[in-house]
Amino acid sequence: MSAIEGLDTAQHHEAEHEHHHEAQNFWQKYIFCEDHKVIAKQYLITGIMWAVIGISMSVIFRIQLGLPDSNLSWLKPILGGWISDSGKLDPNFYLALVTMHGTIMVFFVLTAGLSGTFSNFLIPLQIGARDMASGFMNMLSYWFFFLASVIMFASLFLQNGPAAGGWVIYPPLSALPQAHPGSGMGMTLWLASMALFIVSQLLGGINYITTVINLRTRGMSFDKLPLTIWSFLITAVLGLISFPVLFSSVLLLIFDRHFGTSFYLSDIYINGEALPNVGGSPILFQHLFWFLGHPEVYIVLLPGLGITSEVIATNSRKPIFGYRAMIASMLGIAFLAFIVWAHHMFVTGMNPFLGSVFMFLTLIIAVPSAVKGFNYITTLWKGNIVFTPGMLFSIGLVSLFVSGGLTGIILGNSALDIQLHDTYFVVAHFHLVMGAASAFGLFAGVYHWFPKMFGRMMNTTLGQIHFWFTFVGIYLVFIPMHYVGIAGFPRRYYQFTSYDFTHKFMDMNMFISIAAILSFLAQFIFLWNFFYSIFKGKKAPQNPWRSNTLEWTAPINPGHGNWVGEIPAVYRWSYDYSKPGAKEDFIPQNIPYSQTLESNFPHENELIATEKVIESQNFNDQFNTAH
Amino acid sequence: MYILIAIVALVFVVLTGIVVSRLQNVLKDINKSDSDHSYTSGNKVNGAMFIVVLLIGAVAITWSYLHAREFFLPEASSIHGRRTDDLFWFSMGILTIPFILVNFLIFFFAWKYQHKKDHRASFYPENHKLELIWTIIPAIVMALLVFTGWKAWSDITSEAPRDAEVIEITGKQFNWIVRYSGVHDNKLGNYNYKLIDAQNEVGIDLSDENSFDDFTNPSEMHIPVGRPVLLKIRARDVLHSVFIPHMRVKMDAVPGMPTKFWFVPDKTTSDMRSELNNPKFDYEIACTEVCGQGHFSMKMRLIVEDEASYKKWCAEQATFLQTYPEYLARVPENLKAKAMKYVPAEAATPADSSSKATGSAGASVSLR
Repeated sequence: MSAIEGLDTAQHHEAEHEHHHEAQNFWQKYIFCEDHKVIAKQYLITGIMWAVIGISMSVIFRIQLGLPDSNLSWLKPILGGWISDSGKLDPNFYLALVTMHGTIMVFFVLTAGLSGTFSNFLIPLQIGARDMASGFMNMLSYWFFFLASVIMFASLFLQNGPAAGGWVIYPPLSALPQAHPGSGMGMTLWLASMALFIVSQLLGGINYITTVINLRTRGMSFDKLPLTIWSFLITAVLGLISFPVLFSSVLLLIFDRHFGTSFYLSDIYINGEALPNVGGSPILFQHLFWFLGHPEVYIVLLPGLGITSEVIATNSRKPIFGYRAMIASMLGIAFLAFIVWAHHMFVTGMNPFLGSVFMFLTLIIAVPSAVKGFNYITTLWKGNIVFTPGMLFSIGLVSLFVSGGLTGIILGNSALDIQLHDTYFVVAHFHLVMGAASAFGLFAGVYHWFPKMFGRMMNTTLGQIHFWFTFVGIYLVFIPMHYVGIAGFPRRYYQFTSYDFTHKFMDMNMFISIAAILSFLAQFIFLWNFFYSIFKGKKAPQNPWRSNTLEWTAPINPGHGNWVGEIPAVYRWSYDYSKPGAKEDFIPQNIPYSQTLESNFPHENELIATEKVIESQNFNDQFNTAH
Repeated sequence: MYILIAIVALVFVVLTGIVVSRLQNVLKDINKSDSDHSYTSGNKVNGAMFIVVLLIGAVAITWSYLHAREFFLPEASSIHGRRTDDLFWFSMGILTIPFILVNFLIFFFAWKYQHKKDHRASFYPENHKLELIWTIIPAIVMALLVFTGWKAWSDITSEAPRDAEVIEITGKQFNWIVRYSGVHDNKLGNYNYKLIDAQNEVGIDLSDENSFDDFTNPSEMHIPVGRPVLLKIRARDVLHSVFIPHMRVKMDAVPGMPTKFWFVPDKTTSDMRSELNNPKFDYEIACTEVCGQGHFSMKMRLIVEDEASYKKWCAEQATFLQTYPEYLARVPENLKAKAMKYVPAEAATPADSSSKATGSAGASVSLR
């Protein structure tokens, strides 16, 4: 740490100062830390904890749905009064579980846990920066998220239970405490928590964007950025534009709940009383919510796709196929993400003409998505594939993304959506394409960058076993769930015995539940592997996956500032794998063309002349600017 | 059911077997040092797994599809329903092709191009022609699907025909209430949510003469077969959604914003009973927008019958005023005489409540 070369005395002093702190202050090193790597790990560990809670909830309601006769008394120590004396789950708590599962998985696990972890960890390391543009804001971002987490967690222990109107919290149900027990304090805390969460996302997003634009190292032009960074950049822009809209909708809902306004309320008679509110529209909330809600799907998914691009290229030992097409399709998806939100609202009473417009726009999104899928497959073609756990999860992601995405074409068709809207078909669709696919992106990222994060290796074989259980388990859960949906089973039903048309598929629902429980249990293989390897894993080599990107040129355990001495300069894109004529099957980004004459293409030989210019630049090193 | 469980168990037993055998390798590997072997460890097994999972998966999906097929899309009983069903299977058929093709390629390539020592991947960074092809083909297929879907959608959501039977359905926590326009004036009266009370559950406005012969029903809805039915949908507390699975009807009920959906049922309940060979069959109306504790059981029976028995049923229903004559007090003085006709004889002055259809005289009807 104190051995940073080539710095003037002031910087030297700064470095020692830094060193002094690290040696002495636990709080600044591990808790209120401004180092992007520590913040990334904080996001990751918090995300993993939330994932355990969120998935456990789904297991409880899957037992209720698939094994309705089972006695849940064994859950009494945890759930207390929510389990009746005869061992049955309370219907109100069932709704609370569904709601919290959605909220936790979408926002706390797949937004904060995925994007928060890898944007923080990889942006500075892959673009060659000492740290984020603002370490302090970055720290604030995590601690706002932490505060949001604490509030959301606390709401689980309320007497009346947490929020229970579905993760989309449509008013008036969420606005009227008399409509449901979960719409009281539980909803208040949900709204408070989400408001803080949005602040956290905005602080993080501004930082990611600023860092990518301003702090790229010498030679790292946009057309040399790894696709991971492109995906994080686009994700951050999406979040920056859409989260404020969610904030406004949350704010208006708070006004309706506490200050007597009527943004979303009109003509309501409830509990023997006609409310005075007139003129509001519940549909307004849905428009505002889905203006975030739909881009949110891509906020969750794009980082997963970015990670996959990187991992698939590295482990196929091939350049990613169609690098520019990949960027263009991400930009296309990001743009379209903002103009398709109302496909969630085809049967809400919205003007049918609007429905036609949104159907058209929605189906266009299939085109860039298809391009991505085909490009991944072509990257595998004629590769030399190494099945690291990260690679397995990336291949799994592509399969899930395609399988789940295809049913989106059915749902995006407003005529077909009439029957399928709010059935299990929708649940199966979005769990495959957004839930499982993004979770696989998270797993791929953790397995792939674990050596960089903790300087140790995770056990490969356990990782592979974890993959097969999870991959097979996911399909066993969600393929049959499509069948249940086509049969017309509505979502968020406590039980299916009230109707004749849902009085079938008992075996199918039991099958789904058992498969879900087994897939859940398989995740403990990962948890053990993860935590054991942090302390006892094999020491990582410098570049375990023989990868091209810059993070593998940093020390195995990078300290504050990431690189000892000067930040490496970048001369080539990050996908020079298996280049004809090259000695090794990979050429890292920091190797100039002048050193690889044997493998250069003619136009690359011309670039040798620019190397001097690139080398002489040094405007982006945060350690080389006056403090 | 037991077959299914046995299959799940089998899959997991096989996987567990692999786990155990691999674990032994793990224990061996722990003592080994870094080498190319550990970098590509388990490569053969995992490559083979892709083929195994591909084959078992193909069989499992085909078998489970055939097994589950009997319950798919319960027999459609409306004209637009059969159209969207056809469209659904048409789209599914088209989408099955990329589903099989793409997953096959992913699994097959993963196995085929697994790591081989001293082998090098081919450097193949782009091919504009190829990329253009797989941009254009999905675009054309999408255009086709959009067009068929758009045609169906605009027909389904077009204005209801003039002769449609208008029925109002109101959602509340936790049941549906239907209101009919009555046998005399065939017009639904106005409503106002502020008029709702324990008896007047949908807020019928009795200052509107069209309300006098309206009747409500909280447990079943009757509709005539072979004629357009227009549902006027509203909610009085939170969001609900009218879902009639066999009619392929779904539309949210929104407080403060009336919605509508029209369809032509073309199979009566008894038709369906004989068609499905199930004498207990009934059409059902469900809620598909989460609305609170009783969301899962907002059931209403739907009876589709021929015109004559429908008319007969309507005529037998007691109007709201007949059931609750005390609401006569809400009727303005100048309309009292008209209203008397719909009040039971013992509560009103003796009068023949026969066929003089007086209510249709140019009264202003606004259903907001």
